[in-house]
Amino acid sequence: MSSVLGINSIRFILLLLLQVIICSHINFLGYINPYIYIIFIFLFPIKEERLILLIVSFLLGMLVDMFLDSGGVHAAASVLLAYARPVFLKTSFGMLYEHQSIKFSNTELGSLITYVTLGTFTHHLMLFSLEVFNISGILLILKKTLFSSIFTIILSILIIILFSRNKK
Amino acid sequence: MQQIFNFVIRNKTFLLFLFLFSIGLALTIQSHSYHRSKFINSANALSGGVYGTVNSIDKYFDLEKENEILAEENKRLKEQLFNSVNSENNAVIDTTISRENYRITTADVYKNSYSSTNNFLTINKGKNDSIKQDFGVITSKGIIGIIDNTSKNYATVLSILSKKSRINAKLKNSNHIGSLTWNGKTPEFVQLIDVSKFAPVKVGDTIVTGGQSSIFPKGINIGSIESFETDISGDTYTIQVKLFNDMTNIGTIYILENRDRDEILKLQRSSNE
Repeated sequence: MSSVLGINSIRFILLLLLQVIICSHINFLGYINPYIYIIFIFLFPIKEERLILLIVSFLLGMLVDMFLDSGGVHAAASVLLAYARPVFLKTSFGMLYEHQSIKFSNTELGSLITYVTLGTFTHHLMLFSLEVFNISGILLILKKTLFSSIFTIILSILIIILFSRNKK
Repeated sequence: MQQIFNFVIRNKTFLLFLFLFSIGLALTIQSHSYHRSKFINSANALSGGVYGTVNSIDKYFDLEKENEILAEENKRLKEQLFNSVNSENNAVIDTTISRENYRITTADVYKNSYSSTNNFLTINKGKNDSIKQDFGVITSKGIIGIIDNTSKNYATVLSILSKKSRINAKLKNSNHIGSLTWNGKTPEFVQLIDVSKFAPVKVGDTIVTGGQSSIFPKGINIGSIESFETDISGDTYTIQVKLFNDMTNIGTIYILENRDRDEILKLQRSSNE
């Protein structure tokens, strides 16, 4: 139990720092940034209480908002992702989720990609809608969502594989 | 009563989600409404400390570039100085400083952003250095923005690359004024709107601050005219301004405090009543 808590705390801090120090300043082609801190929400243990996930996600988003001066956009988007997570888990992993026996370290790559893709698009769409906050900027929202999502998905999958496969 | 409790317990996840999501939404809406201190910002000890540590490593990589910028500024100031001995008609910035209306503080940029729709910088001077809200921020090349939030040792700057920012600006060679806004597209260009159609607008002309705002002194460089068009009503020009500053690469900045600001504001308020 304590090791789960320890791993998640370390993951929380490392991802937050990685996000605000490096990933938010990449600005690829001027505006494309990956938001890899949501890996924390993806990998949060499934057996834990959902309420805890909601609160921790809110905290994580709030801290990112504090560093990036973005009001509350990351907090809102993270809470949405945390709330919608069971739906994505069910669609991507199916029976495995029903039996509460998913281990992210040894799932099929295809399911993992589906899961991360669904989650990232939801999170980013909410994030950029709130950031632009203007219905006439719908094209800008979609453009930012698409490109940033691609960036985030690639990085997330790589990070998840790199840091979990060898623990088998 | 029993039923209410049951309802709350059954839907506790959804209710908590709704609660946290509304907090996030409320903070977002608050940050989009114009220019009031934000509840959560990066001018605090935690984020300032983290950014400070990163900056202390990071700035060594830019030393050469910073040196070049300083040498260039020195050259320009020397030129102004030597030329003003012979003819006392130029050096706009120089005259305002010599009247000592403006106190200047230097600061390092700890965090710079230019890719979202409202951009903020974090700098390493705050209340302890008597930095307050609504001070102007410039570099040697042009303007950056206006101080937004301050903490003890840090402050955030509302960049001109923001939909909330509106800065008074004018053409350098006439007194036609307009408001500087940003359409959120590229960090190279800002838009000067509401310029009278009688203004002699030419591509390549310089845009400077207008000095009507009591934040910036008159005549600080902003950028040059890239293109212009009349707006839909046909009464005013909308001008694309190419910034002199590279907003994506800012190391050291100057903060301007207008000592007469309170007096000007008081006077304006009393004549409005």
